[in-house]
Amino acid sequence: MKTRRIVSIITKEYIHIFRDWRSLIIIILMPILMIILYGYAITFDIKNLTFAVIDDAKTPESRELIRGFTENRFFVLKYMDIKRGEIEPLFKKRFIQMVIVIPKDFSESLISNRVTKVQLLVDAADSNVGTFIYNYSNRVIQLYNEKINFKTPGIVNLKPRILYNPDMKSVNFFVPGLVALILLLISALLTSIAITREKETGTLEQILVSPVHPIEIIGGKVIPYITLGLLNGTIILLFARFLFKVPINGSLFLIAALALLYIFVALSFGLMISASVKTQLVAMLETLMSTVLPTIMLSGLIFPVASMPLPLRIISKAIPATHFLIIIRGIMLKGVGFWELWQHAAALSAIGFVLLFIATKRFKMTLE
Amino acid sequence: METDIAVKASKLSRHFGTFTAVDEISFEVKKGEIFGFLGANGAGKTTAIKMLCGLIKPTSGEAYVAGYNINTDSSMVKKHIGYMSQKFSLYEDLTVKENIEFYGGIYGLSRKEIFEKTKKLLSELHLEKMRDSLTKALPLGWKQRLALSTALLHDPSIIFLDEPTGGVDPISRKNFWRIIYEIANQGKTVFVTTHYMDEAEYCNRLSVMFKGKIIEIGTPTELKNKYNKPSIQDVFIELVTRN
Ligand SMILES: Nc1ncnc2c1ncn2[C@@H]1O[C@H](COP(=O)(O)OP(=O)(O)O)[C@@H](O)[C@H]1O
Ligand SMILES: [Mg+2]
Repeated sequence: MKTRRIVSIITKEYIHIFRDWRSLIIIILMPILMIILYGYAITFDIKNLTFAVIDDAKTPESRELIRGFTENRFFVLKYMDIKRGEIEPLFKKRFIQMVIVIPKDFSESLISNRVTKVQLLVDAADSNVGTFIYNYSNRVIQLYNEKINFKTPGIVNLKPRILYNPDMKSVNFFVPGLVALILLLISALLTSIAITREKETGTLEQILVSPVHPIEIIGGKVIPYITLGLLNGTIILLFARFLFKVPINGSLFLIAALALLYIFVALSFGLMISASVKTQLVAMLETLMSTVLPTIMLSGLIFPVASMPLPLRIISKAIPATHFLIIIRGIMLKGVGFWELWQHAAALSAIGFVLLFIATKRFKMTLE
Repeated sequence: METDIAVKASKLSRHFGTFTAVDEISFEVKKGEIFGFLGANGAGKTTAIKMLCGLIKPTSGEAYVAGYNINTDSSMVKKHIGYMSQKFSLYEDLTVKENIEFYGGIYGLSRKEIFEKTKKLLSELHLEKMRDSLTKALPLGWKQRLALSTALLHDPSIIFLDEPTGGVDPISRKNFWRIIYEIANQGKTVFVTTHYMDEAEYCNRLSVMFKGKIIEIGTPTELKNKYNKPSIQDVFIELVTRN
């Protein structure tokens, strides 16, 4: 291996990158655009849930309970005292997501200390929203119970405390995930295009006829794109931190180090694809398909891995983003350190080396 | 192994699936010779040259280039040869100087060597003024001469030129052949493919390829005498109609 030869390739690659300033702008702007677009569009935050009340009691106590629902940022009271026959049409037209029915004997029942029943009808067509309504209503009821039972303090109250993402903001959960998706996409795409472009122009042949070793070609090709990947990662994190106010509780250095590892995996992936593909277009399509789809479906970016069936859980372990998601969310939200994450770092390294090995092998074969 | 043979192929074949692109070709090229491969498009010239340069593996047969076996010693072969592919292979978005530096670099030349070679090359090609222009701005004839020069940067003993004058005007082609003669005069072996009949006349020795086979080999004069024709073009037509 000769550094002279690698340096030549690296230098040339940087010239390509900086001379083609239009592409460079796209490379830098695309992640920004993606994060703004997805960060705002894909938000699972639940707000402005509309509901109706059928208050058959009409007592101060029942009004107090209703106030419990209206005095928070989630629920908006839309209809008061509708007829029972109107419930279903309103649900179907999606005008309301919840109905509270307070029985006639509400206040008497409270006073006589029996268990008092209040009916809650929830539209669970979107199960996330349904669960949320159910949980949050329980909380409202609890607060209400505390208020009216203040004289009997012995009662055990279950008070969930939400850890790590106390505001239940889905941006906090989703934006670190975008870092994983965008880094993978950009890095893999860039390398696979950089190699296939040289196949198309025939310059790769001119390099291969020289005494350069495939490892030197790969090294020379990958290093410039690692720096570009890091630049992209930094930009995305800055946006996450300052636009979306996602906390970064852990070490920035650890994020950088493990992001570097992840970029290396992504680049190896791009190399592996470009080694067996002839044109830029095919390389682009294959890279897109094989990075974006598994990452979105199986890595835990949106759907939690824990709730997947076993075979999918096993497959997800082979997807780089699965590990990087745990790493980046862990560091940013929980502030965990390397010792909690080393297994995932090890898994990433393993995946990276396997990919690089296949890429080098395939490269040798294309010469043959 | 000091011999006067630069390239020696014996029963070299290459298949693509069931298709035989190169079919058991055998020949020898002497050092310092200008050896031509004449054949129509699809005859198998490029495939043959790529095998000799170590870019693709032969399906069967063997060949020695600069004394090294192409099957077992391709990295040694690569050190001793220059190659100019049929496809235009300079980086269009790099300047003339950057292209020279890059190709010098991948052959492991030192900075000093590259600096000196660049200077020498640019003055030889009268390209000093174009030094910092993008390569895509050069006329095709200049590009091809630049490509040839970069293929010679590491001073190889054998140079393979795959249709080096494709698409160039007749005057540029004449000029290019003048350079090929200069290279041969320096003692380098030139292996050149072409489908231009007039260029075939310039070669020291010539092999005619047809459907993967070498159907005739000899000096242009020998071939013309043998078939009693006034030009290589007529010889070629005669050979093709016979096969
Ligand atoms: N990689 C390949 N796969 C399949 N067929 C090929 C490949 N390369 C060349 N061929 C075929 O081999 C034949 C010879 O091609 P080539 O060596 O390029 O001819 P020439 O250079 O004389 O024009 C052509 O018919 C071509 O289609
Ligand atoms: Mg050809």
